[in-house]
Amino acid sequence: MANKIPRVPVREQDPVVRATNFGEVCLGYSLEEATLEASRCLNCKNPRCVAACPVGIQIPHFIEALKGGDVKGAADIIAQDSSLPSICGRVCPQESQCEGSCILGIKGESVAIGKLERFVGDWRLENPQEVALPESNGKRVAIVGSGPAGLACASDLAKLGYQVTVFEALHEVGGVLVYGIPEFRLPKRGVVAKEVESVKRLGVKFETDVIVGRTVTIDSLMDEEGFDAVFIGSGAGLPRFMGIEGENFNGVVSANEFLTRANLMRAYDDDYDTPIYVGQRVVVVGGGNVAMDAVRTAKRLGAEATIVYRRSEAELPARVEEVHHAKAEGIEFRMLTNPTRVIGDEKGWVRGLNCVRMELGEPDASGRRSPIEVAGSDFEIECDVVIMALGTSPNPLIASTTANLETTRRGCIVADEDGRTTRKGVFAGGDTVTGAATVILAMGAGRKAAAAIDKYLQE
Amino acid sequence: MVEILSRELLAENIWQTKVYAPRIAKSAKPGQFIIVRAEEHGERIPLTIADYDSEQGTVTMVTQALGVSTKKIVAKAEGESFADLAGPLGRPSDFVAEDINELRKKRFIFVAGGVGTAPVYPQVKWLHEHGVEVDVIIGAKTKDMLIYTDKMREVATNLYIATDDGSEGFHGLVTTLLEKLVTEQGKSYNCCVAIGPMIMMKFVTLTAKKFDLPCIVSLNALMVDGTGMCGACRVTIAGKTKFTCVDGPEFNAYDVDFDEAMRRQGMYRTQEQRATAIAAERAAGHKCNIGLDK
Repeated sequence: MANKIPRVPVREQDPVVRATNFGEVCLGYSLEEATLEASRCLNCKNPRCVAACPVGIQIPHFIEALKGGDVKGAADIIAQDSSLPSICGRVCPQESQCEGSCILGIKGESVAIGKLERFVGDWRLENPQEVALPESNGKRVAIVGSGPAGLACASDLAKLGYQVTVFEALHEVGGVLVYGIPEFRLPKRGVVAKEVESVKRLGVKFETDVIVGRTVTIDSLMDEEGFDAVFIGSGAGLPRFMGIEGENFNGVVSANEFLTRANLMRAYDDDYDTPIYVGQRVVVVGGGNVAMDAVRTAKRLGAEATIVYRRSEAELPARVEEVHHAKAEGIEFRMLTNPTRVIGDEKGWVRGLNCVRMELGEPDASGRRSPIEVAGSDFEIECDVVIMALGTSPNPLIASTTANLETTRRGCIVADEDGRTTRKGVFAGGDTVTGAATVILAMGAGRKAAAAIDKYLQE
Repeated sequence: MVEILSRELLAENIWQTKVYAPRIAKSAKPGQFIIVRAEEHGERIPLTIADYDSEQGTVTMVTQALGVSTKKIVAKAEGESFADLAGPLGRPSDFVAEDINELRKKRFIFVAGGVGTAPVYPQVKWLHEHGVEVDVIIGAKTKDMLIYTDKMREVATNLYIATDDGSEGFHGLVTTLLEKLVTEQGKSYNCCVAIGPMIMMKFVTLTAKKFDLPCIVSLNALMVDGTGMCGACRVTIAGKTKFTCVDGPEFNAYDVDFDEAMRRQGMYRTQEQRATAIAAERAAGHKCNIGLDK
């Protein structure tokens, strides 16, 4: 029988302290805390949490193992469905997936499934499993992109005996896990690098600084370098801008640029050469996880930082935990506010953002109430940096240099459920197919494509 | 790691570095660029490609050491290596895809300024190898700052040199020389390509306009990734925002908002000056007693 105790709180860095450093905010459970929290799980016959997990992790089973202190058993159960638990435990939107469906959450608080997954995932990173690799089947697969989709696809294929090479355009492996998500939410050396190491132990080769579409092409990989199949997991890296007046003033940057400077280039660390400009007052436009990451990074770099979002707080697409964390760190939220023009000084540097107030109207195609401008409500927010966090779309570089690879009107690569594209032997998955989504969906797509590639190459 | 095969001083603070990068050498085309990261803590610095040899697998770059990062690049000697080299980036020059017979009917004039002479070379060389007539103007402050004149003479139909102080060739600006070639020497061109400092490209464009001479410029905007991810290299082309890294680096010069482009280049000037000052201080005063600076 489950314990009728309240949800075990997770230790976190104090908000005042953490707003000035880049150390991880959430410190995670200890073994005692994890087993205690695990004891709250009802082990439902029809586990709604499993149905709500994009990759169907056997959640009650792994929690059951954890209850008895069998962390290894729990890790093995998760590994059947997920290859990146230490990452997904940190970045999944649990409140709208597993935890959002937990029976306990109806009257009280759901089981902290994400925190338990993270605990198990971190244990696995510290206690790597010896994998008996099958003999090489002599077939070679190229993976484009080393983000969650590529890493998951690569490790599954390596375990099946394929010779796998992952090509990464940037100088560091990890894709959005490295350039996008900040250190305070997902430690690079402590977590991402270790996940990559575990993929390397499977015999997967990584080549950085290779831009597919420029350095090599899909055709040259298959025709000249002898790869039998290709998986494209190149993500959605192209930033959107609003198209408003003044957007090219000095001081307006995309969240991608701001976060890449801070995360990949480690501009927050004086030992690194890459500059970053934060000014005194930063306004971040947008309400997703990337907006939260950017605004909290700006705060840590010493700026007063504000979120401007055109809908209300209920519609914020960011994880609830990130919004809570941001507020605790002193981020100002200005909801129902939409920028109309960036104001510049005589030298072309940002000095403010002209906005209008919005109100919510009828639900739109996405089911969210669409914001409508309140006439005559113009006002100005004083700031010297504006960060646009409006979402991203797939980079056209690969599609435009590969014959017979169909894309949608929005630039996404067309692929079926199993990742098959319109080009024989070429598979795709993750954000490059769906548009910007989540780490777990990309990971799941990478694994499905690995199975499909195996089937294709065995035929 | 990218092995450095040779390094040569071309002029004060201007170095040529040749590296072994077979994939880039094989794919490179005139007009494209690369990104170099000298070492683990270094910035990603976009540099033009000065030459490439697909058979030898080599890529040559020319770097003017101005700030902390470019100084780190030129400090790397033969036998050492760069942490990273990515490319070729950007779109190749339009002429690469043009019908060769149509191209041979055209007459090109390249205007190269300072270190911008380096990226002009592979373009002129390509055109020369494909039987296209090319004249080249190289401009520099003074004779000692001229680079690539001998190499250029081998591939250019006519080479003209202009120095601000008259120490070699024409005494004056490249724009004045270009104007003289057209008005006084009766030269006729179908296409002008200008590569050099933004201010030079702006004025070459204005000069070309006087003769209705189509003009192309190669923009050296600030960048981080160079693959379309960050948007630091935004430029306004014919009223629309474009990314220099993926839509360029070459654009129709008449469409470029040069004043905005120059202003945007200064986005990180304060930080760069600070970094340079700190580096100078460290170099001058502070001696690490435990050998960390070795």
